[in-house]
Amino acid sequence: MTGDAGAEAMTGAGHAQLEVRGVTKAFPGCLANDDISFRIEPGEIHALLGENGAGKSTLVKIIYGVLQADQGEVLWDGKPVTIHSPHDAREMGVGLVFQHFSLFETMTVLENIALAMNDVRDMEVLRKQVVEVEKTYGLPLDPDRHVYTLSVGERQRIEIVRCLLQNPKLLILDEPTSVLTPQEVEKLFETLRRLADEGCAILYISHKLHEVKALCQKATVLRGGKVVGGCDPREETAKSMAEMMIGQKLTAPDRGNDRTFGDVRLEVSNLSLASEEQFGTDLKDVNLTVRGGEILGVAGVAGNGQNELFQALAGETEQFAAPDNIKIDGTSVAHFGPRRRRRLGATFVPEERNGHGAIPDMSLAENGFLTAFRRMALTARGLIREVPTRSFADTIIKTFDVRTTGAAADAGSLSGGNLQKFIVGREILQDPGVLVISQPTWGVDAGAATAIHQALLDLAAKGTAVLVISQDLDEIFAICDSVVVMAEGKLSKPRPMADVSIEEIGLLMGGLHDLDGDATPANGTLSTGGRVDQA
Amino acid sequence: MDWIVPLILTVITASTPLLLAATGELITEKSGVLNLGVEGMMLVGAISGFAVTVSSGSAILGILAAIVAGMLMSLIFAFLTLTLMANQVATGLALTIFGVGFSALVGSGFVGFPLDPLPSLSIPVISTIPVIGPILFSQDFLVYASIAIVIATGWFLTRTRAGLILKAVGDSHDSAHAIGYRVIRIRYMATLFGGAMSGLGGAYLSLSYTPMWAENMTAGRGWIALALVVFATWRPGRLLAGAYMFGCISVLQLHAQSAGVNVPSQFMSMLPYLATVIVLVIISSDYTKIRLNAPACIGKAFRPAQ
Repeated sequence: MTGDAGAEAMTGAGHAQLEVRGVTKAFPGCLANDDISFRIEPGEIHALLGENGAGKSTLVKIIYGVLQADQGEVLWDGKPVTIHSPHDAREMGVGLVFQHFSLFETMTVLENIALAMNDVRDMEVLRKQVVEVEKTYGLPLDPDRHVYTLSVGERQRIEIVRCLLQNPKLLILDEPTSVLTPQEVEKLFETLRRLADEGCAILYISHKLHEVKALCQKATVLRGGKVVGGCDPREETAKSMAEMMIGQKLTAPDRGNDRTFGDVRLEVSNLSLASEEQFGTDLKDVNLTVRGGEILGVAGVAGNGQNELFQALAGETEQFAAPDNIKIDGTSVAHFGPRRRRRLGATFVPEERNGHGAIPDMSLAENGFLTAFRRMALTARGLIREVPTRSFADTIIKTFDVRTTGAAADAGSLSGGNLQKFIVGREILQDPGVLVISQPTWGVDAGAATAIHQALLDLAAKGTAVLVISQDLDEIFAICDSVVVMAEGKLSKPRPMADVSIEEIGLLMGGLHDLDGDATPANGTLSTGGRVDQA
Repeated sequence: MDWIVPLILTVITASTPLLLAATGELITEKSGVLNLGVEGMMLVGAISGFAVTVSSGSAILGILAAIVAGMLMSLIFAFLTLTLMANQVATGLALTIFGVGFSALVGSGFVGFPLDPLPSLSIPVISTIPVIGPILFSQDFLVYASIAIVIATGWFLTRTRAGLILKAVGDSHDSAHAIGYRVIRIRYMATLFGGAMSGLGGAYLSLSYTPMWAENMTAGRGWIALALVVFATWRPGRLLAGAYMFGCISVLQLHAQSAGVNVPSQFMSMLPYLATVIVLVIISSDYTKIRLNAPACIGKAFRPAQ
């Protein structure tokens, strides 16, 4: 890892592995890429940074042949090339690990790999090659498992293995770590560094700037479809890179000074629940309490029971047998559906925006009405009160800086991050007593994420009990007062944020349950609801 | 016991049109397209096959005409749903209604024409073996073809790369597109295959099963073929078994009446659908089964994302 290798190559002795010159791509109503130029040398790990909508995905699709550029050229090994299709791209030696995996759930690992290979090979030969690559790079996978039975980390391994089988000269990874545990991320980085040492160029796209800093030697920053600068991530801070991305100063969320907690507002005791999904995770004896003014984070890798927990809390799965398992402000609610829980002052923000948090084909005003009509008094004698409904939506749009054409716009027409701001705003503005929110800033860019974090902190300061279910440890460290870790349907004991390290949470996320005894911090102030082991 | 052989022979002829049309629809659905126009395509195939055979005197030409007619019908469907993104369910229903009317219009001049049934391909010597001979070795070639095609379909889906790609497109068209497969083109081909097989099934009805043309002569067999695909949970082996089971039921219905068994014929004719509903309930209770076999993208329009 010579630090000067990248700098030498930059002076342009040899040919770049990939060079993009003046690429422009317009969609109806937006210029996604505007005269973009950059280059990647063999063996270089190059970061592509930018907010949502900055044009990163469009650029990747052009390099991978999914889209064709309107203007500009792509040079491969110094020679201009036209890439008509992903098939061409793979033929040249470009591998792409998709952000939203391009996998077929009902097929086996081997079939999924075969589908992404250009040259038709005998399945048995392919199986041997897969096993070989898995061994060489330490990426264990059972070729005969069906994809739907695999964890997200394992699914990503399929994507990587199928790129490696093509001996890529350029590997593109689009947000590869958003679903991995810190340990899995470290493992991935080892693989990537090794590939780079073997001369493979890597284009790495991520929101997580400290990862970019740890891994990449160069970065190109996009904003609004244009290249706004480049840097060496090793010499920048995460904050300075974020500011380059959003083009303005970034303020860390203000946690306030002395946070004081009130009474317990949300209490879950002995909650065990068989999942309704075939491949879901059963909840096993979940206990937690959230006090007024407190933000409790539930960390964990997706698929460890978070969806089931959210559904149980939101009333999507009711438990008629044990109403006392969940209490909101002291009232037993486990047998209530979502509407009766909302009537008690609880609001909920699910992870999935389109179709769960909002109805894509309905306007923002209608979507606002759907969860808020009671608390915001948007109905009168069974009729919709048009004016307050519209002004409620307008208030959300204004307060949370939702970029849209107005309250009449369809929810489905908003970008993911903007819709998320609208949904979060809709629930926060109802001034809830209890807020349960799942993945509040998933896929949301840095500026908007900061705004959502600040709104959650402000809400808690007003005495609301906030439960945040998140995979993003940075987020949990930024806003939570205490944290529990979910693994295989079980919750760890709550720990105050000040007492835990990111490594410790990572180990808990990996399923090492309750590093009890010696491993716990010596002072052992497990205050929040922690059971006393030895009285 | 000498009634057994004729009974089995009628079961085979009753099952063959179902098997042909259902095999085509299975491929169509595996690619993620739901074409409810099977009944209409069968009718158009039946009249085209009949009309060309009567006019030209060649059954081979008639069968080819039926295949082409079925493909043209499915091409209309494919253009409307895959290129123009129309709703597949509504378009399929419209295709059936169109096929019923169109075949009646074209066929009005052919009602009552006599026609010799397709010749049996009697294999010398072994076709004279009692019982087995007439059943296994003395059928017309479409019967052999239908079984060969369903076996080939099973082999295609499980053993070939093209079959894997077809299933991939039906499982997740977005993933398939991202990897670089041409979703629309593959679906066009699958839909055309479905049309060809439906046309062939229709031709079997008008050329062999009852060698004549009568308005609406498919009498709901297109719908049974559709039900059959779901009944078979999209697996060719089960499709073969199911086609013969449904054929059996429809023949029993006739024989029960002539034998004086007092079961209302309406009850017998609803049996295939009833069986499908029961099977659906059973397989739906096991999520894995349906998940592993049902094409996840069925009936969804594919718009390539930007």
